[in-house]
Amino acid sequence: MSTPSGITLVTLTKDIRLEWRSKDALNSMLFFALLVVVVFSFSFDPNAEESRVIAGGLVWVAFLFAAVVALNQTWAREIRNQVLDAYRVSPAPANALFLAKAVGNFIFVAVLEGLMTPLFIVFYKLRALGPAWQLIPVAILGTWAIVVNGTFFAAMSLRTRSREIMLPLLLFPITIPALLSMVEATTTILLGDPTTSAKFWIVLLATYDVVFTTGCLALFETVLHAE
Amino acid sequence: MKKAFPFLGLLTAVLLSYALYQALVVAPQEQTMGDVQRIFYYHVPSAWTAFLLFAINFLASILYLVRRNPKTDQIANWVVIGLAVLTCAGAYAFRGYLPADVYPSSVATTGIVIAGLYFLIRKFFSEQGTDILALTTAEVGVVFCTVVLVTGPLWARPVWGIWWTWDIRLTSTLVLWLIYVSYLVLRRFSSSGETPVLAAALAVFGALDVPLVYFSIWFFRTQHPQPVIGGGGSIDPRMLRVLLVNWLAFLCFAALVCWSRYRLERMQRDVEETQALEALLEPGGRVR
Amino acid sequence: MSYLYAAYAATWLIHVTYLVTVFRRYSRLKKEVQQLGKK
Repeated sequence: MSTPSGITLVTLTKDIRLEWRSKDALNSMLFFALLVVVVFSFSFDPNAEESRVIAGGLVWVAFLFAAVVALNQTWAREIRNQVLDAYRVSPAPANALFLAKAVGNFIFVAVLEGLMTPLFIVFYKLRALGPAWQLIPVAILGTWAIVVNGTFFAAMSLRTRSREIMLPLLLFPITIPALLSMVEATTTILLGDPTTSAKFWIVLLATYDVVFTTGCLALFETVLHAE
Repeated sequence: MKKAFPFLGLLTAVLLSYALYQALVVAPQEQTMGDVQRIFYYHVPSAWTAFLLFAINFLASILYLVRRNPKTDQIANWVVIGLAVLTCAGAYAFRGYLPADVYPSSVATTGIVIAGLYFLIRKFFSEQGTDILALTTAEVGVVFCTVVLVTGPLWARPVWGIWWTWDIRLTSTLVLWLIYVSYLVLRRFSSSGETPVLAAALAVFGALDVPLVYFSIWFFRTQHPQPVIGGGGSIDPRMLRVLLVNWLAFLCFAALVCWSRYRLERMQRDVEETQALEALLEPGGRVR
Repeated sequence: MSYLYAAYAATWLIHVTYLVTVFRRYSRLKKEVQQLGKK
């Protein structure tokens, strides 16, 4: 139980169980997903021919904002119950806590994406003209890119003024290369132009994920103890 | 040291005036763009200065994080030396893989200069000094970066008719600017106990991001070609001379501005410390 | 050509604005130091 992976698993299952018990969180997620897609449909006409070109960007911007909503409450429960102080004095490696939070957020955001995607497909009559299976690594790598940095910056923003605005302020600039890759990959796959390939973007996303996951794991202990 | 300041200030002013004269009068007029091209002599040195300042910020941030623990300090020293050696060896061993206009000697020199800067900062700045250095170079870097982002569109508009294009250099500079502005916002909004550590962590993340930003925009641009602001290709040696003179002038200017900002911050912290001590020692236990 | 002068002017405007903010903070701090010295 005191192994790092053991701690990660325990923390993760605890978080999932807590979220599942409070069904209002799930219901508000559902409604939020629907609202986002409807608002975007009003803002960007889904019937126009160009919608296929911009759909890649639309979808990821919607996911990004949904992720920020999820990330902002990452540490809320921990702060309310002074759990972080307990973690600081315990011999448990801080990485285990970080990984649990990041994976928990990943699942949370993935569920949101899973709810929004069919709505987007319906409203925008989306159809992938390129290799659709490539969308899966793009979705996984892209979501992890947002979530891993988001969880880290959420921890950094804990003691700052205007905590909720600080998270997107810190997250968005750093995520730009990942965001560009996600959007370009998705657009390439949707448009299905045979001269283009999403492979470069997928590799770039994977590199981004490796670099920043390493960075977060290396620096989380420092950030946790700095609070 | 302090007495040298007005003298150096005057020297810098003279240098800047000379550089301005060179840029406006002496430099030959460009064939296709005309006089507007002279913006180049302010745009490019500002960019190089900003990048240098951000590089120093990166080194200072790493130093701050690493020096909190004597063990990591030792390891970091060896890592820096090792990386410098690897860069030199690699530049010559893999010279075939380098892009056309990049020489192995410049890569090797850059590696040695960066390692040298690391050890210079380590020697001359205390732990708190390193943190102040990071803050200073970030602020002044953002100022120079703002200049780049303002002069770029002012150059693009008359030449290409558009204010902005997602050209690789300007876009990378914009993202860099965004990252460092967020760094400064974090510095301002977080409570002073843990700010240096958090800011240093953010600076490291920002630096890790830079190559990724560059590659992503580079590939994006090959997919969607756009005009290149800032001119590529070879440069007339007379223009190069004017460019370097302007860069030298701006470097001196940047050094003076950083020095002033550094002194201001140091004084600020001393005052805060004194006020805190006074509050503790106040008779009757009144807290300010 | 007005773009050229606009660019040069903007550069110095930005630099001077920053220097003015630094100098203002410096004079305010100097006053505070004098007040501390009096105590």
